[in-house]
Amino acid sequence: MNLEITSYCRITNDKVIVNGKELQIPRSDSDSSWLTDIYHSQNISYPKFFKMDNLAKSGFLGSELTLQSIDFDKTTPKEDIAVVCCNRSSSLDDDSEYQKTIQDNNNYYPSPAVFVYTLANIVTGEISIRNKTMGESAFYIMEQFDAQNFYNFVCGAFQDETTNSCLCGWVEYYKNNCDVLFLFINRQNKQTKEIFSIENIHKLYK
Amino acid sequence: MIYQISHNIISSLGFSSEVNYRAVKQGLTNLKLQENIFGLPTPFVGAIIDEELLNEEFALINRNNFKYTKFEKASILSIYKALENTDILANSDDVQFVLSSTKGNVHLLDNLNGFDSDRIYLWKSAQLIANFFENKNTPIIISNACISGASAQITAKRLLDNNQCKNVIVIGADMLSKFIVSGFQSFKALSPELCKPYDKNRIGLNLGEAAATIIYGKTKESALPQNTIVLQNGSMANDANHISGPSRTGAGLFLAINKVLHETNPDEIAFINAHGTATAYNDDMESLAFTSANLQERPINSLKAYFGHTLGAAGVLESIISSLAIIDNTALKVNNLTERGTVAPINSLLENKTCTENKFLKVLSGFGGSNAALLFKKM
Repeated sequence: MNLEITSYCRITNDKVIVNGKELQIPRSDSDSSWLTDIYHSQNISYPKFFKMDNLAKSGFLGSELTLQSIDFDKTTPKEDIAVVCCNRSSSLDDDSEYQKTIQDNNNYYPSPAVFVYTLANIVTGEISIRNKTMGESAFYIMEQFDAQNFYNFVCGAFQDETTNSCLCGWVEYYKNNCDVLFLFINRQNKQTKEIFSIENIHKLYK
Repeated sequence: MIYQISHNIISSLGFSSEVNYRAVKQGLTNLKLQENIFGLPTPFVGAIIDEELLNEEFALINRNNFKYTKFEKASILSIYKALENTDILANSDDVQFVLSSTKGNVHLLDNLNGFDSDRIYLWKSAQLIANFFENKNTPIIISNACISGASAQITAKRLLDNNQCKNVIVIGADMLSKFIVSGFQSFKALSPELCKPYDKNRIGLNLGEAAATIIYGKTKESALPQNTIVLQNGSMANDANHISGPSRTGAGLFLAINKVLHETNPDEIAFINAHGTATAYNDDMESLAFTSANLQERPINSLKAYFGHTLGAAGVLESIISSLAIIDNTALKVNNLTERGTVAPINSLLENKTCTENKFLKVLSGFGGSNAALLFKKM
């Protein structure tokens, strides 16, 4: 399968890299989180961001920064773009938040707004809504980032012949540890971009 | 062709596919009011796998005295039973496990009960399940909300289409817990009585536990005996509309159906085994998607009033029951449906019906805006 990496973004706990260039993220003095600081640094206007859990915020930012550098139409529904994400900890970050609300029957306040994010694939839903992508969406879980498996999952989405592009990412967030590699993959046409290969995924992740 | 070699269902209705199918055909369910369970402050209607029965059967196959959770025991027992009477060696390099689950061992967040803390990770459970069968390949894990069981079968088909392995063991499983039930209660999504899919008076869903397994293989069409079930096609699409509410138009489900039916006429379809959760919005959304796809006159059922919504197991379990139904030339009725009432009129089945066509469509929709469609054919 001939696929190319059209653009990509890497987010860790202290760095944001878009297409090889590190972004300077001004850290605010308040209690504002790293993810919120990234959001504010990029002139993104999407109030729903603040309702998201940390996993969805991580995936959302990964997709925003990946698409920022290219001319991407966010408003027209697109049936040929898939969204595929994977990680190690599923939604355990939000699961733990939700668990606190039900742990004690004397202090019991289960919240639908927290519960809804206790599904890992909500992040793929958030990315699909933001970018109006109506192709397939899927979430996979693996013990560690594994370029081979990641490659296989994304190629799987292209086995649907209607898929022409894929927004895909390793999107991990658990216990204040953020680890994101997000890519926009297309069927190869220009041959000027890096090819989507296991070796190149390795290179971008490390 | 990608075909079903064997399958099994572990549910509240029994521990084999056939026992489950016979119960459903007779209109039986074990959905009932569950009081004083999981430490929940309020009761709910659900279908629970009897843990004593499960432990008894599991003790007969557990060679290593390792301690497993209910989720892992039900999954292992289901795979074990599906492998019986096949000549597949589960420890072979050519066999790939694919696990579908929404929440795995999430109940351990409340109390680890002597388990190591890494047991809350789905990959850990999946490894233990594959290890039980001494399979060395890293299991593939799909957590795609309510469509997980369909996504897992689509993954199986892709692996076999690519000749990446000889057999895929697809296992879908989810168990209930305070975590899951309280969440659905907070959504006000649960019915206080037996749910009523596609009924005018439906008021919500019931939850259920299950582990279900399908073993897939690949061979030439001419090599397949009569009544073998083939997975012809599988597709997914996203609504791009809302993270928890179903689409108001059914656009995503319509897209998924369209992708699998592109070479199939509606009148070739014996029945559609739909999602039919019995929430107002889901069932209306489906009725609109079926109408857009010109399927509104085809027989449509939902199995949710037999098993409850079994979450990550639903796609696998419901595909198995529907496979046995089409072999039995039967389109199963929607249990507890008395008065049809969806926004677009559909042919939801009030009684079991004889059917002669040899294809059925399985659809699922879920949180995250995800939709899936699978097209099966009886040889």
